[in-house]
Amino acid sequence: MREARSAMRHLDSLESQSIYIIREAFNRIERPAMLWALGKDSSAMLWLAQKAFFGRVPFPVLHVDTGKKFPEMYAFRERYAKEWGLDLVVVPCPAVEDIDATLPPAARSAARKAAGLKAAIAAHGYRGIFAGIRRDEEPTRAMERVFSPRGEGSRWNFRDQPPEFWDQFMTGVPPGMHMRIHPILEWSELDVWRYVKREGIPVVGLYFARSGKRYRSLGDQDITTPVASEAADIDAVIAELERTGTAERAGRAMDHEAEDAFERLRADGYM
Amino acid sequence: MRKRRRESVAARDPREPLRLVVIGHVAHGKSTLVGRLLHETGALSEDKVEAVEAMCKRRGMDFEWAFVTDAFQAERRQGVTVDASRTRLKFGGRDYVLIDAPGHREFLKHMVTGVVASDAALLMVDASEGVSEQSRRHAFLLSLLGIGQTVVAINKMDLVGYDERRFAALEAEIRGYLASVGITPLHVVPVSAKTGINLTAAAAEMGWYRGPSLTAALAALEPVPQADDLPLRLPVQDVYEFDERRIIAGRIESGRLAVGDRLLLSPSNKSARLKSIETWHAPRRREAASGESVGLTLDQPISVARGEIISHVEKPPIETNVFRARLFWLGAAPLTVGGHYTLRLQTAAVPVEVQEIERVVDPSDLSSAKAAAVERYAVAEVVLRSRDLLALDPFSANPRTGRFVLIQDYLPVAGGIISMEGYPDERELVTVRSTNVAEVLHRVSHALREARAGHRGGVLWLTGLSGAGKSTLAMEVEQRLFAKGFNSYVLDGDNVRRGLNSNLGFSADDRAENIRRVGEVAALFADAGFVCITAFISPYRSDRERARRAAQGRFHEIYVRAPLAVCEGRDPKGLYRRARAGEIKDFTGISAPYEPPEEPDLVVDTSSASIGDCVDAIMAYVERRFAPAARGT
Repeated sequence: MREARSAMRHLDSLESQSIYIIREAFNRIERPAMLWALGKDSSAMLWLAQKAFFGRVPFPVLHVDTGKKFPEMYAFRERYAKEWGLDLVVVPCPAVEDIDATLPPAARSAARKAAGLKAAIAAHGYRGIFAGIRRDEEPTRAMERVFSPRGEGSRWNFRDQPPEFWDQFMTGVPPGMHMRIHPILEWSELDVWRYVKREGIPVVGLYFARSGKRYRSLGDQDITTPVASEAADIDAVIAELERTGTAERAGRAMDHEAEDAFERLRADGYM
Repeated sequence: MRKRRRESVAARDPREPLRLVVIGHVAHGKSTLVGRLLHETGALSEDKVEAVEAMCKRRGMDFEWAFVTDAFQAERRQGVTVDASRTRLKFGGRDYVLIDAPGHREFLKHMVTGVVASDAALLMVDASEGVSEQSRRHAFLLSLLGIGQTVVAINKMDLVGYDERRFAALEAEIRGYLASVGITPLHVVPVSAKTGINLTAAAAEMGWYRGPSLTAALAALEPVPQADDLPLRLPVQDVYEFDERRIIAGRIESGRLAVGDRLLLSPSNKSARLKSIETWHAPRRREAASGESVGLTLDQPISVARGEIISHVEKPPIETNVFRARLFWLGAAPLTVGGHYTLRLQTAAVPVEVQEIERVVDPSDLSSAKAAAVERYAVAEVVLRSRDLLALDPFSANPRTGRFVLIQDYLPVAGGIISMEGYPDERELVTVRSTNVAEVLHRVSHALREARAGHRGGVLWLTGLSGAGKSTLAMEVEQRLFAKGFNSYVLDGDNVRRGLNSNLGFSADDRAENIRRVGEVAALFADAGFVCITAFISPYRSDRERARRAAQGRFHEIYVRAPLAVCEGRDPKGLYRRARAGEIKDFTGISAPYEPPEEPDLVVDTSSASIGDCVDAIMAYVERRFAPAARGT
């Protein structure tokens, strides 16, 4: 008689669900590609892809590069793209002058990423884009679908999203559209850090405190500010997050300029 | 056993959150409750409260808790929640994911999205407005979607002066309705979300209330356990050949497996042993259980395709191409008989046709009625048919492989659960064949038999409702053919059951076996050169198809047509009367389906033509089609 196995642990259960999602998309959607923003979330997502496909990532990995990331992040990219054998595609972004001038300054700067991605989708014909967003980051992301269809120019019609239940995702992509796939949508910030720790997933050192400050969320250098923290390693970061009452993206300027700034960004194809 | 169960509960990860969907009528205070709970349990980050405060101040209004969750601009303008939004909070040592589902009728599709992701439900009822049709509809959907654990909050008690009698009346009403859909709420709790009364602690305003506060009531809910104890079901998601390994990928939906197990693939019915469980960056392992996404290799290079279900050989899923379903319809255009959709059941995707709409259920009073179409957001019981065999389970036996969605134009238009009542499992009938049997060749050829008889052999398969006239026609045709020198013989239902099939009853499986045997015997008669006439209701297309295959090209399907009312009026054996009285279960036409032939070789209508004319039509058909083959062809 086999031993009774205890109920699945929370991280195992999240991992299994994310692998299921990644495999569904890989099987059903032509020309998928995975976004790698070099932060902890998308690195965890890349790790999950390697779990899903037994040590490889069988589609291109896109870094939509604003050119304004921290030097540590570029070094991180070069090292692990090689170590993990990634088919890395560095996607350039248009100049800020080419972006909708009615957006507040930081949002306008962030919108370069969405524009760069749109151009890459058009140029390479990707039909599916994996993005490492999470529901608990931000209210509009909380409303996302795991498989989220995008129309012309990557428009997100959040008012009329398809129903999604019993893990029967919208895996058919209508002509002229592409699909955003969100494998770690259900994860929390703490879940990600606990998983990073358990698996030993490499992350950029900027997440850990140096002289009383650390980055909790990594964006462009000019629109991301560090938070006051003494958390110098993963265990300390986890302990800090278990106590905190401040939002993860508090240091991301574009989220706070106007009530609807982030909603506008996302409706227009931002991740 | 009891000891082990306790251990496994104790071993549950304390960090596993409870997913709780909050449902109820629009404006009964769901979003307010979620916002307030966040605050009361200290979960609300300070910047969120500040942001909402600033937002309310700009609009010149009091602090509105609902704004915390109703984050979209659009929502703030309209004052309703647009989509199922999720919020995390923690109290009593456990994490909760609150799924705030919209109450508006047209937003039902989003509510469904929220409900199915949940372990339990919190149903909100407005104390001042009472149990609305929408509350009932949502409760009905809970039972349909298989969410059994429910807590009811009677909200806005402040608006009814915290009145005990008002609460008691509402509690009785909602408990009564929930009982009728098979749900027993864990607790019914009076609260005021707006003022925070009885959310986390007993309140002086309701000294008469002896039950738990809302958070204490919620603490009693349990996450849905993994389905380890059910038979193994592993739908194949993909097959990878990145290297020399051929890895079958999928998630174990129920049960467990171990290296060395003999596995069965359905519906292809192939079998092999589990050779290994593949992993990356994790320890090597020999066992896996429900909930796990795994990669498997087999000991034999059999072909495996996405959509098949892996089980153990001893406990396979059902194989069928027709089943009953209870479904909720989300499509903008109504569901109609004859409509074509793509059915997705786990990883399988097959075209299906709606064969019948049996009834449409009104969720407000649970009454049901016959209808020609199913309108948006209605719940209906239907019969679906696919061209090819599907592997599935009844929802009652295994929820994971007993539910499906229908897709039309890329979008899900329905979700449903499967019932196999009245329909047989077709696996045994198709696949359980004697082994070690080699066919012995006859020394008398068909041509020789035909030459002596002066006609070909074959099966005249009469199908139709009870009372349509099958036996009468069969006997008449047999006699006329015999008089003309044909070798003819009738296999009749009642006669066959006296001997050959005396061990069979009238269950769906036994009926299918009855028809299978008749089909095989008729095929032998045809082979022997006879015109074999069968007179069986044989209501299922799949059964007749099997008989057609047995007769190998000598099968002639004759549809003896007569409307149900006409047959019931004739009622030669008194069977319809007994079926209507409920004395006979699963009676074709009354309580079990009849599937008319799609392309019969001949149709005779005994309601519009005389028996003599019908016999003439069949005779003419036989003389035309059973003439001996012309020499040289």
